[in-house]
This record gives sequence, structure tokens and C-alpha cells, in this order.
Amino acid sequence: MVKRKVKNNSVIPGFSLTMGITLLMFSLIIFIPLASVLVYSFQLSPSEFIQLIAKKNVINAFKTSLLCSFVAAIINCFFGLILAWVLVRYEFIGKRLLDGLIELPFALPTAVAGITLSKMYSDTGILGRKFATLRIKVSYTKLGVTIALVFIGIPFVVRAIQPVLEKLDAQYEEAAYILGANRVTTFYKVIFPELKPALLTGFGLALARGIGEYGSVIYISGNSAKDQTQVVSYVIMQKLNYVDYAGATAIALVMLIISFTVLLFLNIIQVRQTKRTNNV
Amino acid sequence: MTKAILITISVLFIFFMLVLPLISVITNSLSEGFTFYRKALQTEYVTTALKVTLFATVIAVTVNSFFGIIAAWLITKFSFRGKHVLATIIDIPFSISPVIAGLAFLMTFGRLGWASGYIDRINRFLGTDIKIVFALPGVALATIFVTFPFISREIIPVLNAQGREEEEAAALMGANGFTIFRKITFPHIKWALLYGIILCTARALGEFGAVNALSKTRGETFTLPLEIDALYLSGSADSITAAFAVSSILVIIAIVVLVLRNIVEYKAKRKKEV
Repeated sequence: MVKRKVKNNSVIPGFSLTMGITLLMFSLIIFIPLASVLVYSFQLSPSEFIQLIAKKNVINAFKTSLLCSFVAAIINCFFGLILAWVLVRYEFIGKRLLDGLIELPFALPTAVAGITLSKMYSDTGILGRKFATLRIKVSYTKLGVTIALVFIGIPFVVRAIQPVLEKLDAQYEEAAYILGANRVTTFYKVIFPELKPALLTGFGLALARGIGEYGSVIYISGNSAKDQTQVVSYVIMQKLNYVDYAGATAIALVMLIISFTVLLFLNIIQVRQTKRTNNV
Repeated sequence: MTKAILITISVLFIFFMLVLPLISVITNSLSEGFTFYRKALQTEYVTTALKVTLFATVIAVTVNSFFGIIAAWLITKFSFRGKHVLATIIDIPFSISPVIAGLAFLMTFGRLGWASGYIDRINRFLGTDIKIVFALPGVALATIFVTFPFISREIIPVLNAQGREEEEAAALMGANGFTIFRKITFPHIKWALLYGIILCTARALGEFGAVNALSKTRGETFTLPLEIDALYLSGSADSITAAFAVSSILVIIAIVVLVLRNIVEYKAKRKKEV
């Protein structure tokens, strides 16, 4: 490994060609456009930047997006754990169908999910009507935003936990039972620690996706500044429509920082996880 | 007992969160009858939107398959400094809001973007009228961006698991790069590639946020999701039903994608076990 530090000396041909093409595509599709956002946002003076970010509707949008994504990610961790557990540990009729359906939010276009959820949870919709009798308003509130984010986040959590559960050896659980531990203790002491990294990864992915989500959220949220139901990506889009590029880029910069922080956090978890499994 | 409770919770969750929305799209789209449904799908806006969507999807899938294979080859067959960084950067489009992707292309090729001057110069030199933002190339670029990691991400783990020995042996015996790829690597990644292409197609067909920032003309550069948005927001009961009618096409595609995915996954798994 030490020898292959700088120059590649694999016998397989094609290193410089694939390296060249990969870097070129990266630059064209990802780096240059994102760098343009950065360059433009650096043209703003710090005071201008703060002024653009500190506007009341922008701060409210960040609060709404972060709060709703956080709550949705927690809900997803709870149900995701149950779903993954059921799909890995139990056998029942229709299991394959259930397993296939989990990824529906990946395959369904977000705009379609958005209008459907909005209609379903409106006061006249199939589920909204039931909620209305309980005097709970779902569409055009933060609750609606959270439900939309639960919808799009669930596959991330389930698919993060499933493979770990599959590999988990049932021996330790059996040992715990034999030693007299009850189900709850066994879960907290034996299973949960093993699942924690996967759960955190799923949580992070669902959170990151939720903060930036646009299509599935905008219809159900109502986008009202007064009710604080605007999400961040809606505010960016609104600013783009008014050709307020300075405002849009300033918000985008903050969102990019949040995304990269989440990405970094996920990487740290993954590196730790591989270290742990390698040591054992 | 626990088993029954947990299964019930799962089934209820899936039904209310995932199945009910699907049913809801279909019932809403047919609420004005089948003739209305057919008519709603045959407007000029919808047919153009379908063409634009297919155009963007074909380009995105082609570009990303090409890139995905090459990047996966680079990352799994060679060791070099910065490899892990490169592998991480591939995932950037996953964690970035699609709206920001749209903004990024606006800031590059838009009126204020630094590249717009170059494009003007190229246009003057060639006598052409190429436009990127608010035109088809912008729609295609946005779609490529949001689906960028899909295919490489499916191929990389497969190639990593397979190792390099077979390719090294072939190279030592004097096979050239393309032959090695065609005869040795490709058979291994076939299923993963197909899987990635299916995912990439699904996402490309449904992309909304990024395309929304870069497309402004209904009936020219609008994709199906944008057309759904326009119909839904115009607010009359008829146009909302029409929005659901157009949505039902995408729902059917989504279901086909899920079924294909499961078939491919099943076949790939069976192949591994054999």
C-alpha cells in the first residue's frame, strides 16, 4: 500500500483515461455550478449576507424546515425500526409486497406525492375529514409538512437498518434470554447498540432530504408566511421567481453548509462503524 | 403476541402512508369519468411535457450510465490518493436540495452567470441561438445533476466485492482495457447497472425542484411534474382533476419501476447464491 501512494501502478489499463473523464464530468456537473453559487455569495458583504439571512420570513422558513424534518426523522426512526424488524425477523403472507412498497417514495415523483397528500389531508379529503372531526387541521399546517416528510423519509431509515438486522447474530439475544433478561432489556442492551449507527445514518439521510425537500411539501404546507408554513426551498424558489438572486444564494449557502455538515456527520459514523467491526 | 402487534403496526403504517396516496391519485384522476380522463391526457401541453420529460430522462440516463461505469472502474480498480474523497463527492447531489441544483445552473449559465458571456460569444461565432437556462439543455442538465450518483453507487459495491484479480490476470496476458471490460467486468456489473438505470429513470422522470428553477415556458420546456404543478395551481376543479390524470401516468410508471426493481433484485440475489 505504501508504494502506491502517489502514482498508480496497477497493471489494469485505463487509469488516466477514467481519471480524466471522471474529473471532467465532476467539474462540469457538480463543481463548477456549485462553485458559481459560492463565488456569487462571496460577492455579498458580510453585513449584506446577514441582512438577507436575518429576514423574518427566512428565519421562520429555516425554523419550519429544521423542526419538521427533525420531528419527521424521529417518527421515521420509530416506524422504520418496527418495519425493518418485521421484514427481517418475521414470516407472513404479503411480506414481499410490503418490502417492495417501502421504496414507493423513491419511485413516485415528489410533485405527485405532494398534490395527493395535500388533497388527502385537506378538510374534504379522505383522511382530512376524519382529522377535522377531531378538530385537527393537517393540510396547510406544520403537521402537514411533517407528514409529507415522513412519507419521503421512511425508505431511507428502513433500508439503512435492514442489512444490519439481517447480519445480527441471534446467538447474543438467545444468550441474553438464557441469562434471564426480559425482552425489553435484551432489546436495549443487546440489539439497540448494534443498530445505533444504522439508525443514525437513516436519521441523517432522512433529515438531510427533509430540509431540502420541495415538491412533496409545497402543496400541503400552504406556504403562508403568516402561519410560518413556508419551507426553505420554497423561499429560494420564490426569490428566484422575483429574480432576487442575492437573497436566493445567501439562503442556498446556509443550506449547503447544513447539507455538508450532515454528510460529514454520516461519514464519521460510517468510519467509526467500519473501525469497530474490523477490530472485533 | 409481539409479532402480531408489530406486523399490524407495519401494515397499518404502510397502508395509510403509502398505499392510500396511490389509491387516492387513481380515484381522483377518474372522478370526472373516463372520457374526461382521456381528454385531459391529450392536450397539447401534456404531450409536449411528455416529450420534454422523455428527452431529459434519456439524456440523463445515457450520461449517467457512461459516467457511472467509468467512475466505478476508476474507484474500484486503482488505488490513488484522494480516492475516498472522490467516492464521497459522488454522493453530493443526494444531500443537496434540488432547488439549489437549479439555482447553481442559473448562477452559471443565467443572465448573471459567468458562463453566459461565453455562450453568447459561441452563438455569435457560430451564428446559432443556443440557450441553456429556461430551455431544454437546462432541463437536461438539472436532471443529470439530481440523478448523478445513482448508477455509480450501484456498481461500486459490486466491483469492490469482486476484487481486481481477474482483471489483473487478463491485463498481464495482454488484453486491452476495452476487452477486459467487455469480457470480465461487464458480466459482473450487468444486474447492478440495470438496477441503477431503473432507479435513475424513475428519479429523472419525476424530478421537480431542480427543473422548476430552470424551466419557465409551459408547452415548451415544461416536464410532466411541472405540468402537474401548473394544472393543480390553476385551481379550478377540472384542472385539479386533470392534474391527477397526468399524475396517474407517473404513478403507473412508478409501480412498473418498483416491480422491475424487485425482479432485478431477485434475479441478482439468485445469481449470487448459485
